Amino acid sequence: MCLLRENRGPGQQPSFKGALILESWPIYRVMGDGTVAPNVVPNELALKIYQDMVLLRTFDEKALNLQRQGRVGTFPPSLGQEATEIGSAHALSKQDWMAPSYRDHGALYVHGVPFENVILFAMGRAGSLAGDVRALPSSIPIATHLPHAVGLAMAARMQGEDAVAIAYFGDGGTSEGDFHEALNFAGVFKAPVIFLCQNNGWAISTPVSRQTGSATLAQKAEAYGIRGRRVDGNDALAVYQVVRESRERALAGHGPTLIEAVTYRLGPHTTADDPTRYRDTEEVGAWRGDRDPIVRLGAYLDQQGILTADDLEKIRVTALEWVNQAVEAAEAMPPVTPLDMFEHVYATMPPRLIQQLQDFEGSDR
Amino acid sequence: MPEQNMVQALNTALHEMFADDPRVLLMGEDVGKNGGVFRVSGGLYDKFGAERVMDTPLAESGIIGTAIGLAVGGMRPIVEIQFMGFLYPGLDQLFSHASRLRTRSLGQVTVPLTLRMPYGGGIRAPEQHADSAEAYLTHTPGLKVLVPSTPYDAKGLLYAAIEDPDPVIFLEPIRCYRLGRMEVPEGRYTVPIGKARVARPGTDLSLIAWGAMVNLAEKVADKFQEAGISIEVLDLRTLAPLDKEAIGNSVAKTGRCVILHEAPRTGGLAGEITALIMETAFWDLKAPVARVTGFDVPYPAYAWEDFYMPNVSRVSRVVTETLKD
Ligand SMILES: Cc1ncc(C[n+]2csc(CCOP(=O)(O)OP(=O)(O)O)c2C)c(N)n1
Ligand SMILES: [Mg+2]
Repeated sequence: MCLLRENRGPGQQPSFKGALILESWPIYRVMGDGTVAPNVVPNELALKIYQDMVLLRTFDEKALNLQRQGRVGTFPPSLGQEATEIGSAHALSKQDWMAPSYRDHGALYVHGVPFENVILFAMGRAGSLAGDVRALPSSIPIATHLPHAVGLAMAARMQGEDAVAIAYFGDGGTSEGDFHEALNFAGVFKAPVIFLCQNNGWAISTPVSRQTGSATLAQKAEAYGIRGRRVDGNDALAVYQVVRESRERALAGHGPTLIEAVTYRLGPHTTADDPTRYRDTEEVGAWRGDRDPIVRLGAYLDQQGILTADDLEKIRVTALEWVNQAVEAAEAMPPVTPLDMFEHVYATMPPRLIQQLQDFEGSDR
Repeated sequence: MPEQNMVQALNTALHEMFADDPRVLLMGEDVGKNGGVFRVSGGLYDKFGAERVMDTPLAESGIIGTAIGLAVGGMRPIVEIQFMGFLYPGLDQLFSHASRLRTRSLGQVTVPLTLRMPYGGGIRAPEQHADSAEAYLTHTPGLKVLVPSTPYDAKGLLYAAIEDPDPVIFLEPIRCYRLGRMEVPEGRYTVPIGKARVARPGTDLSLIAWGAMVNLAEKVADKFQEAGISIEVLDLRTLAPLDKEAIGNSVAKTGRCVILHEAPRTGGLAGEITALIMETAFWDLKAPVARVTGFDVPYPAYAWEDFYMPNVSRVSRVVTETLKD
């Protein structure tokens, strides 16, 4: 496969210089054409990754439906990005810190947050992280959580933990100042941190060619003295391997990695977005079918004799049952109370908040 | 005259300004092809091209900083920040530079910049998409802050903003975007900066509000009208500089005042307005000035939104209290 294809936004011709740079930043891939490394993921784990990817797709489709029915609010699906979401999170240990964005419920799920909590989040309920999962609430302001990941990584190292931190963000995120400050801090302090950039081609209506004049996002690592890697973000096994290896290097004291996972946002930015306003359906079509991360891993597992068509069907049915149960569980939760809104602002409610809560409860609302 | 909602009125104003003045530019995230997430800039990109309707990289500090340079350099940039909650990465540019360049250069370097952004809650938006952070801005010397609540004022104030020689923040209440239509004149007209509007005259109590709270104030006034109580609704329209005279006149007439805002209570503008009333109408007051505001909590996720937001019954309770002798 042509390396030039992925990073080009509409209307941008690759310059000769860009082409040279792309050659020095090859895409790491283990499945299909252009393979650069053999797969090292054991069959059992590959199967688990596949199941979770199907679960994530099923969940997203369900959530889109619920949104149409008005049962959940604005929802950002990760359709097309399942390999990066799931593959990356399986390469982590439960001790690792995760700093996700709004689209990373797949990674959060693998890290230990049940899907019913994700649905609660989409129902406009904060506090949807499950108890002891080492993750921050999904960051809404773009890239502002990247410095947090650096700090979390430093804290883990200072306390002698066998843990790294990973931040999830998009191609658009690389334009924010906080992205650059975080990479710089990570380089200076050699923090055991992984920056996982999902280059899904778009930041709402803005193509990646409008975010940067660089030929790749991964090469930005070089300026900060840290390691950069490009990976086929639709190849779950490759993503797993690159994250795994970045984690091991970080733990061994070799410092941070910026990973650019080249993938594609198949769906709308969120349920409030209409992508036909700004991109060709043809472009979207080119990423479906053979390039779909679930189709690709399914074909690979089939080839390896790990799965039959029957198994695939079973996985889909089970996923749907799970998702339906999660929705039921979320919808059966007791309604929110005004107290929730007041009692978590500070460790101890100050007098003015106690007064405001009393006024609220004394009123007929 | 065409009937337009606020989005249409703003869109028409932008089209006219672009046609009239080649120095006018629009820059921001998704303002071009997509026409902005609320479609305020719809059609501009097709008509005026990518150089004047700029889809920028995702970087608020970069957008505002670049716009400052464009403004100083002779252009008339209009910046759109996608939601007020995403202004914060750009605040340094606003607080350290846009607001101060005139002072620091003793009038040599000026920044005719208009910064538009949707703000406020009540539409079940995701977290951090509903902030009302006007008080941070009104506290910053050198900035003007406008908030229309009607389509007519939106267009007239946007013209005033773009023609102003200094940086102007133009807050667009999301809940008013498609709230209703009214007649909006074609072509240029201005609504003066620094002038409040009596949205509805009354004699017994003044309700002071801006943005989406004006509509709430009118609902409360309707309700009290049925009981024979006449409430005056004052729509401030400009939050910096405040229309001290209009506030003083209204309260001197009614002798009673309740101030509404959806921003948190502590440090909110109601405190400043109360101080202005002390300076202008204290001896006319028949009851303490009261306020109905958001609570001192971060704007909650939308499941709690109805608890947070001032509503008819919360305002009515405070109005009733203030009407007691
Ligand atoms: C600081 C900030 N500015 C603007 C926004 C509005 N916004 C939300 S998502 C988005 C695009 C993000 O694109 P990207 O970083 O590529 O991530 P993706 O949505 O593709 O996963 C924008 C502009 C925001 N959330 N935060
Ligand atoms: Mg993106």
